[in-house]
Amino acid sequence: MCGIVGLFSKSPEIEESLGEHLAAMLGQMSDRGPDSAGVAVYRDPAPAGSSKLTLWSVDRLQDWDALCGELRNAFGGAPEATVRSSHAVVIVGADAPEAEAWMRQAHPEIRIMSAGRTIEIYKETGRPEEFVRQFALHELRGSHALGHTRMATESRVTTEGSHPFSTGFDLCLVHNGSLSNHNRLRASLRREGIEFQTENDTEVAAGYLAWRLREGASLEQALEGCLDDLDGFYTFLVGTEDGFAVLRDPIACKPAVLAETDDWVAMASEWRAIATLPGAAAARSWEPVPGVVYAWERAKV
Amino acid sequence: MEAAEAAEATAVEVVDLATTPLRELNQRLHDLAGSPGPAHWRVLNPNGAHAVACGLDADVQVEIEGHVGYYCAGMNKRATVRVRGNASTGLAENMMSGTVVIEGNASQSAGATGRGGLLVVDGDASARCGISMKGIDIVVRGSVGHLSGFMAQTGRLVVLGDAGDALGDSIYEARIYVRGSVAGLGADCVEKELADEHRAELASLLSQAGVDDADPSEFRRYGSARRLYNFTVDNAGAY
Repeated sequence: MCGIVGLFSKSPEIEESLGEHLAAMLGQMSDRGPDSAGVAVYRDPAPAGSSKLTLWSVDRLQDWDALCGELRNAFGGAPEATVRSSHAVVIVGADAPEAEAWMRQAHPEIRIMSAGRTIEIYKETGRPEEFVRQFALHELRGSHALGHTRMATESRVTTEGSHPFSTGFDLCLVHNGSLSNHNRLRASLRREGIEFQTENDTEVAAGYLAWRLREGASLEQALEGCLDDLDGFYTFLVGTEDGFAVLRDPIACKPAVLAETDDWVAMASEWRAIATLPGAAAARSWEPVPGVVYAWERAKV
Repeated sequence: MEAAEAAEATAVEVVDLATTPLRELNQRLHDLAGSPGPAHWRVLNPNGAHAVACGLDADVQVEIEGHVGYYCAGMNKRATVRVRGNASTGLAENMMSGTVVIEGNASQSAGATGRGGLLVVDGDASARCGISMKGIDIVVRGSVGHLSGFMAQTGRLVVLGDAGDALGDSIYEARIYVRGSVAGLGADCVEKELADEHRAELASLLSQAGVDDADPSEFRRYGSARRLYNFTVDNAGAY
């Protein structure tokens, strides 16, 4: 099954309370995905010349301050870790590709959940309600966010197998459905230099998007490529630095509903998630047409 | 009728799902099958809940004020259910009799496997409307999505707007009427002549659905070419 939610703020009030709304939406989708939960929140851009990494360590006693010391020696500045349960967000005095490359080399045991300027990804196994509490989601302010509740069908229930999956800098993917050609596609993407860390089908879709974007496709082109190259069922929600995009496979077995008011745009697997938002009863709402890419972007200043 | 009884018959029983558990509402509605009770109900704040007014078996009228989740009015018998909002997957699925009216849009598989009764969708219905219908009548004022009427066995599906791709795929003996355009017909579904008996059938269905602004002559009729009913040796290579 799995549940998906997305919220894009169009007003300062929603931005202030983004985490609270995200938590409520995720809670409603709990019984669609009781195995694991995760969110991507776009917030607090890293200052110019630096980047933001969300890191996850299996070691509950991970010394994040020591890691910040190493990052200071490598890149200067005063990196600080903001710890949220098993994850930590670190601002590094280098651009995202450089920071990520350094982390992979120096600390292969630490998993990089996201890298970029504004994105933060948190995900964990367990009931979504517990996840929301554990990561104090209600505290998070931000411009937009995606969330996922997982009921695993294709691969193991692990933190790494939870959604969202990073698809590049400030990009991520959440998925409701299952892909049937992921093994072959994973093998061909590996030959293109795309790395995979799990046997998960969604990670292959994320890798596919990352590859298409790397080869110069626009987000819309990359998503449209999914219609030809992915075999299976999917409702995808893709997060970008400026907004999000939705795509359903042409058969459309997996649900999706979109709604918009003057204050927000929301996407969810079911209406009951959107019903938690202020002004939902009067929102314009519709079901996205299968095989069509829907995208929202914040106007660039 | 005594005054008190008359008052009960006209009184509207209001149930607010913001404060009343859904199971309590459905249990009270189910209890009407065995013992008398209010004949007119209003349900407030459904907020996308699943299985609202599901499994009714009584001559009651239920009005739902807002959007509902999956399987609203599923398995309905005798009751009249009106939804003032949109519905998620499986509205009135496996309906036996009675009437279900939705003033907004219905999501996928509206009226699926329905055996009788009338489903009226004032807005659009999405994919697989009337899938495997077995006697239900469905009237959609707007358009229907792809694979509507898939394996439809009996009953009538009337669409005032357009139909998506693969309409009536592998259809049996259900009749499909579409006023607008059809993106594509499914396997073994063909256009058939619209004779006087069909115009009369349509006029009756439209009138039952409260549609008074459509002329039966504007519709096209679709049904089974009956080429998939028996094994054809020419197709052996396909297996």
